[in-house]
Amino acid sequence: MSSSHLTSPATPPRSPNGRQGRLVPILNQIVSTENIKLLALWAAPLTFLTLFYFYPLGSILRLSFARGESGWAAPILTALTSPSIRGVIWFTLWQATLSTLLTLIIGLPGAYLLARYQFRGKSLFQALSGIPFVLPTLVVAAAFNALLGPRGWANIILMDIFDLSVPPIRIINTITAILIAHVFYNTTIVLRMVGDFWSHLNPQFTQSARLLGANSWQTLRHVTLPLLLPAITTASLLIFIFNFTSFGVILVLGGPRYATMEVEIYYQTISLFNLPLAAALSVLQLIFTLVLTIFYTRLSVRISRPLSLRARRITQKPLLTWRNRILAAIIIPTLLVLLTAPLFALTTRSFTRLDPGRGERVLEDGGFTLDFYQALSESRRGALFYVPPIKAIGISLGYATTTVVLALALGLPASWALARNVRSSLNRLLDPLLMLPLGTSAVTLGLGFIIALNRPPIDLRASPLLIPIAHTLVAFPFVVRSLTPALRSIQPRLRQAASVLGASPLRILRFIDLPLVGRAVLVAATFAFMISMGEFGATAIVSRPEYPTIPVVIYRFITQPGGLNYGQALAMSTILMAVTATGMIAIERFRIAEIGEF
Amino acid sequence: MKTNCLLHKFLVGFFLLLCACTPSTPETPVEPSPEIRTLTVMTHDSFDVSEEIVRLFEAEHDAEVIFLKTGDTGTALTRAILAKDAPLADVFYGIDNTFLSRALDEDIFEPYESVLLAEIPDEFKIDPQNRALPVDFGDVCPNYDKRYFEERGLNPPKTLEDLIKPEFDSLLVVQNPATSSPGLAFLLATIGHFGEDRYLEFWQRLVENNVLVVSNWETAYYSEFSRWGGTRPIVISYGSSPPFEVIFAEEEVDEPPTGVITSDGACFRQIEFVGILKGTQNRDLAEKWIDFMLSPTFQEDMPLRMYVFPVHPEAHLDQIFMEYLAIPEKPIYLSIEKISANRENWIQAWTETVLR
Repeated sequence: MSSSHLTSPATPPRSPNGRQGRLVPILNQIVSTENIKLLALWAAPLTFLTLFYFYPLGSILRLSFARGESGWAAPILTALTSPSIRGVIWFTLWQATLSTLLTLIIGLPGAYLLARYQFRGKSLFQALSGIPFVLPTLVVAAAFNALLGPRGWANIILMDIFDLSVPPIRIINTITAILIAHVFYNTTIVLRMVGDFWSHLNPQFTQSARLLGANSWQTLRHVTLPLLLPAITTASLLIFIFNFTSFGVILVLGGPRYATMEVEIYYQTISLFNLPLAAALSVLQLIFTLVLTIFYTRLSVRISRPLSLRARRITQKPLLTWRNRILAAIIIPTLLVLLTAPLFALTTRSFTRLDPGRGERVLEDGGFTLDFYQALSESRRGALFYVPPIKAIGISLGYATTTVVLALALGLPASWALARNVRSSLNRLLDPLLMLPLGTSAVTLGLGFIIALNRPPIDLRASPLLIPIAHTLVAFPFVVRSLTPALRSIQPRLRQAASVLGASPLRILRFIDLPLVGRAVLVAATFAFMISMGEFGATAIVSRPEYPTIPVVIYRFITQPGGLNYGQALAMSTILMAVTATGMIAIERFRIAEIGEF
Repeated sequence: MKTNCLLHKFLVGFFLLLCACTPSTPETPVEPSPEIRTLTVMTHDSFDVSEEIVRLFEAEHDAEVIFLKTGDTGTALTRAILAKDAPLADVFYGIDNTFLSRALDEDIFEPYESVLLAEIPDEFKIDPQNRALPVDFGDVCPNYDKRYFEERGLNPPKTLEDLIKPEFDSLLVVQNPATSSPGLAFLLATIGHFGEDRYLEFWQRLVENNVLVVSNWETAYYSEFSRWGGTRPIVISYGSSPPFEVIFAEEEVDEPPTGVITSDGACFRQIEFVGILKGTQNRDLAEKWIDFMLSPTFQEDMPLRMYVFPVHPEAHLDQIFMEYLAIPEKPIYLSIEKISANRENWIQAWTETVLR
């Protein structure tokens, strides 16, 4: 094993035509045989995106602008010149930036620990850290309330200790609540994306650096971080776009004084029915996403390099030295408190009878109950839309499995095309487009689905298939972003060697690419699974109420008064957490022949 | 060959999965006998009904009724409007008087003079052309936590004017009218009660009395209301919330733990309407469905399923509602034209006064 990979960035020479921007050379380039191969890979993902993303989005934007008298330019100008909307845009950008930075600061040490060390309970810890990602906002708000609300545990304890009459912590309706919730939701992206990439980095790089006299800070700064940059920028991009289009967290936890563009789009569309202005805001949101993604694509071409990835059994070791143990003793509890304390509060609450009027205090007296779980299978019998919890679990899992399969079937060829040729102008054109669904307003796209997919040739009006399709739109960018860095880091020489030895492209895919990126495939599958399990907005696009997912059932309970309803919402949330964790651990254990661990 | 086999297995597996997760999809309906017709009803998230009631209709008219739930009231209506060239359904139910004029302006309904309209009181019939027919109503009113006031030996508030008195400082939580339906209803109640020139003054006094504003009903009720996780004993909710608290109590209770302020002007009445969507192919069946919704059979089922109340005077209420339901004598009505013309300005003026 040589460590010469460090000095072989293998940058192909720049094509002389690349930057001239003339039409003829670009056309020539596009019609080349390489591009025909690329197009073949792109065919399925592009068809899917065209049918279920660009077509509905284009229809709704055209219709919305047509409802105004002054075309599309005037509403966009209005949006850009109105002081209140400029305030909204500014707030959207800075809260997303700050949330993303905080998530990285919290997540990176954890990613390091998960990447480099083996310890007991690791996969459980990893599964737990992913649960927040699937929880509906109303449930997260309930969890935060049980912990930090006016009568939550933290306030009760502080009031008892310091003998206070008013709760000292005030979190609902603050920017702090928004930031904490965004970190709570997205830390798992850092842990999984960066952690996984890191776990395959050859530890010899850092060992050599240390041998050559670099201290640990210098090694981190000059060796590890540059090597990790592709994974870190990818995770940051995804987290930023999620925070940028944040809706529920802002509304429920941030309260009425904060609005992102997504919240404003909802208000303009639903409350005021000002469709041209809503469409203008959607377009601005898309432009921000596109600019950011183009910037990212350029950057990722510069910073990604082929690395010889290593199996985790080589890169990981047990926590042996005291220094490592102390590090783990700081990082793990911090993450556990942040990510699992609210989950614990929810679970406990779902098993506790709440003496009316006394809030969380009843926990001091105990009051264990299974009432809420029992009620789940009884309280609404006879209602047309009642489903027993087991059926909701089945429906959720069915949608999630379909989403995983669809997202991988579309994501694998797309990422393979992207990784094959980083400098192809076709790739550079298509790559940024893939991220657009994540940055698109759910309100706008939901309306687009209604008006575009409701007549032949595609009449999906009442089809339950719309739900996994909508989930796949969100999961697809995640799949591509998880797979591409791993595929790009495969040494091209391996493929060339196999090709010279007579292997067909399919065999190269099967025996070189897939085994090498097996882990990344599992990470991608996990993300698709989590997105589908937790998704709520798209499920309401056209929902056949006879087939509710778990989040829909939770929503039905929590929007009605009465202790039994609230308790059942929390019981169903606990079930959602358990099913999701089980699913994630199952995917983690999944092996396709030699794929998965190498 | 090996790869082909894998690919084949994969495709078959995927197909089976698709079938497994979409039981009885509408694309593959069980071969309908020629007489069975399908009626599609578009509605909002909160719609519910007893299964036996729907089966009754289906049996009587050889029909299958499909329900589409497409979001909250505003979202469902927006979808119905945008899809009016190729309507998603035959009937739309659940539009309320704060949104009604939008539906009428957009002309999504066909008029229908149901014979049952004669039995319904005039106060509910807002559209003279009967494009939208009233089905049920509910009142948005301030609720209070009885125990909070009992424990402190205080009297709960009785009128809107009480809420700005110093003894109710920091006790009220309301919802933002821009994002919440009860929030908007309460703002409309204050406008109806104090008048357009004085309602902002009232809100200014509420701000001085430290009113708390949250985005939605769920946060107000389950996080801030003192009966549940919060510290504020007065919350904007529904006149039907007390019977909810009895029916869905964790342990049996003799009387509701919450009370309602029903004084003049404290409540805004939301009326929900049903209409036949323009372009329907099933006009006659749609008419029968609307007659069914207005008949006592359906009307008596609504309270226990949706906690809204029948407009038909002969529909009998369940005992629990007779006892605990708070129905204000003089709720606030505002004309739908006035609401639609001023909605944006009112919300904006409210935002300037309360949030800035």
